Amino acid sequence: MSQIIKKSYQWVDDRFHLTPLIEFMRHKKVPVHKHSIWYYMGGVALFLFIIQVVTGILLLLYYQSGVDSGYESVRFLMTKVNFGWLIRSIHSWSANLFIFFIFVHMFSTFFTKAFRKPRELTWLSGFVLLLLAMGFGFSGYLLPWNELAFFATKVGTDIAGAVPLIGDAIKVVLRGGEDVTGATLSRFYAFHVALIPGIFTVILGLHLLFIQRQGMHEPDYFKNLPQEKKKTIPFFPNFILRDALLWLIVLNILLYLAVFFPWELGNKADPFSSAPQGIRPEWYFMFMFQTLKFLPAHILFIEGEVFGVLFFTVVAIVWLLVPFWELKFKGDKKARPLKIIGIVVILYIIALTALGYIL
Amino acid sequence: MTDLKIRGILILGFSILFGMVPGKISAQQDIALPENDQCIICHKEMEFLPEDFSANDVHLTAGLSCAGCHGGNPKKEEMEEAMSEKAGFVGVPSKQEIPQFCGKCHSDIKFMREFQPRIPTDQVEQYYTSVHGIKLKKGDNKVADCTSCHTAHSILSAKDSRSTVYPLNVPETCKHCHSDAQYMEPYHIPTDQYQKYAESVHGKLLLEENDTGAPACNDCHGNHGAIPPGVASISHVCGTCHVNNLQYFSKTKMAREFEELQIHACEACHGNHRVMDATDNMVGTGEKAFCIECHEKGDAGYKEAELIHSELENVVAVYDSAKTLQNKVQRIGMDDADINYLLQESHQSLIQARTLVHTFDHEKVGDKTKEGIMKAEDAILLANKEVKDYKVRRLGFSVATMFITILVIALFFKIRQIEK
Repeated sequence: MSQIIKKSYQWVDDRFHLTPLIEFMRHKKVPVHKHSIWYYMGGVALFLFIIQVVTGILLLLYYQSGVDSGYESVRFLMTKVNFGWLIRSIHSWSANLFIFFIFVHMFSTFFTKAFRKPRELTWLSGFVLLLLAMGFGFSGYLLPWNELAFFATKVGTDIAGAVPLIGDAIKVVLRGGEDVTGATLSRFYAFHVALIPGIFTVILGLHLLFIQRQGMHEPDYFKNLPQEKKKTIPFFPNFILRDALLWLIVLNILLYLAVFFPWELGNKADPFSSAPQGIRPEWYFMFMFQTLKFLPAHILFIEGEVFGVLFFTVVAIVWLLVPFWELKFKGDKKARPLKIIGIVVILYIIALTALGYIL
Repeated sequence: MTDLKIRGILILGFSILFGMVPGKISAQQDIALPENDQCIICHKEMEFLPEDFSANDVHLTAGLSCAGCHGGNPKKEEMEEAMSEKAGFVGVPSKQEIPQFCGKCHSDIKFMREFQPRIPTDQVEQYYTSVHGIKLKKGDNKVADCTSCHTAHSILSAKDSRSTVYPLNVPETCKHCHSDAQYMEPYHIPTDQYQKYAESVHGKLLLEENDTGAPACNDCHGNHGAIPPGVASISHVCGTCHVNNLQYFSKTKMAREFEELQIHACEACHGNHRVMDATDNMVGTGEKAFCIECHEKGDAGYKEAELIHSELENVVAVYDSAKTLQNKVQRIGMDDADINYLLQESHQSLIQARTLVHTFDHEKVGDKTKEGIMKAEDAILLANKEVKDYKVRRLGFSVATMFITILVIALFFKIRQIEK
């Protein structure tokens, strides 16, 4: 058996020269220190993305977009197709865990200051990936064409419409018209299975390429250690195997959630009915949604909702550009403004999300 | 003495003469009243509007003011001119005159058509066929006339929920006289109809759930031609809504025999004002069954009743088991949509079987109960499959977890081995 594997490898290696690549990975070192655990978060997000792709393709085999078929096809998939319920449940749960781990990955990068030179583009591409993942979530939420999703999309696209000057245009483009209709469903389907995956894959490729090229970021205190005291492990196979171990644990959690808390389908959307109680967006939009709800009708001369949208846009841009302005605080170790900013942002997100579910 | 004072005294005298009392103007009357109508101007000024006067009155809002019924000239300021016989003033009609008084317009289709093209104009004619109308004609002034139910000066459309004759308010309107034992004393009829009705399945729907589809007094007794239904017509009264029950019943031998024996068809088992929810125990030979009131052990009817009851019992037992299983499926979070469809069909068959009880033929009832049983059994099969699937899913998860755990442990040792 091992002879066959060796021969096959030899055959491929003769043609594609894999050995230098494996040597590169074998020589690539991953630092080991008290914050090493955060190195795995991006890997978990990547694993969940792979699960999304695989289960998404399986769902595509049965899903039929359309006002008269979207809900029905998902219902058919969940009740009549073998393991259909499991695939959909895993897809929904891993979508949520995916975004959760992207957040964890992003904040760990933020707190360990891994975005600093030379990794500015890795940070930028990562942030774009977060936005795209949220776009995945927003577009995918509508596809089963159920009541909650329908009204949440209505509210969500209305919020997009509050952007000054171009808001209305964005809303019409997103909805494919003035209202949330079958046209919205069709284009959300296109966004979800073609447009966003295409862009996501390219940017993800770049993101991974940057990481491989530059290696893992070393925290300041680790960097300053003498070479002999720096503990490292080879990227291949050690780090990869540890990654695999964590992925298996995540897979098990995912299966547990999918089996014991299957994702509900709810009632079919009825555009003519009044909005049911408890309309809320997915949890990762909740802090923004709740903020908008808390804002007064007018702030200064601007409408409250417009103010909120502008506020989050500015915050997102500032957050995106952190590698470029943060350096100014580099010398000031006592003030640690970055840590404070990060904690405030996390507390804000947690508090507003919790309020969104309690109120 | 000023003109106004003289007018006031004259109005007071006139009012006392015709039984009018100074009225209170309610909040409703903030609605704009006709501006140039001297009847209203003077009567309002002197607070001599009729006690039940309302600006919302359907006639008033349609532009038909006091003079429309009472005659006179509403344009004249001087009372003598406005309320002179020359101006056609007729004053307040006597009790005996009221039906004809309203009928002046309401029996004239040419006139009424202008307001409502499809309005009936036979109310007065019907009224004189009613017990109320017959007695009034004989000089009984206690019976209901048009104003007793519709009021005289605050008449609203029957579609208006504030109207005394709006479906939800009809029982209360009839109760006004019919539940007053002292008032009804000379007529020697019961006065507990409202109380019984309020306890009935119809009354609960109408009075508690505000379901205007449920019958009020007038739906069985008629309104203008109100009369207690006789033996021949009672099944038709109930059959107006319960169409199939009537159709099945009227073709049976029992229908003819009931008529011969002067037994009220539906009422014999279901009662009249206090119609309760029909239960399966009403048919059969049990304690609560009505069949045994006439049939005795050994006769054909007794046997038939036993068979019909057992048919119903069978389908109910299977349906209940299926329903319990469906609840279980729901509780464990599995899909019960198809089970629900089947149970709906089974329940439909059960309802049809219960309706077919009125054929008094166990074979006809049995055909439907068999359908119901089959659907309920299919639902049970599906429910069992869902429960089994639920267990398989958990078992599958356990196996997968075991497999993953072994892999995790193996990997853990592999990593330790490499790193040594």
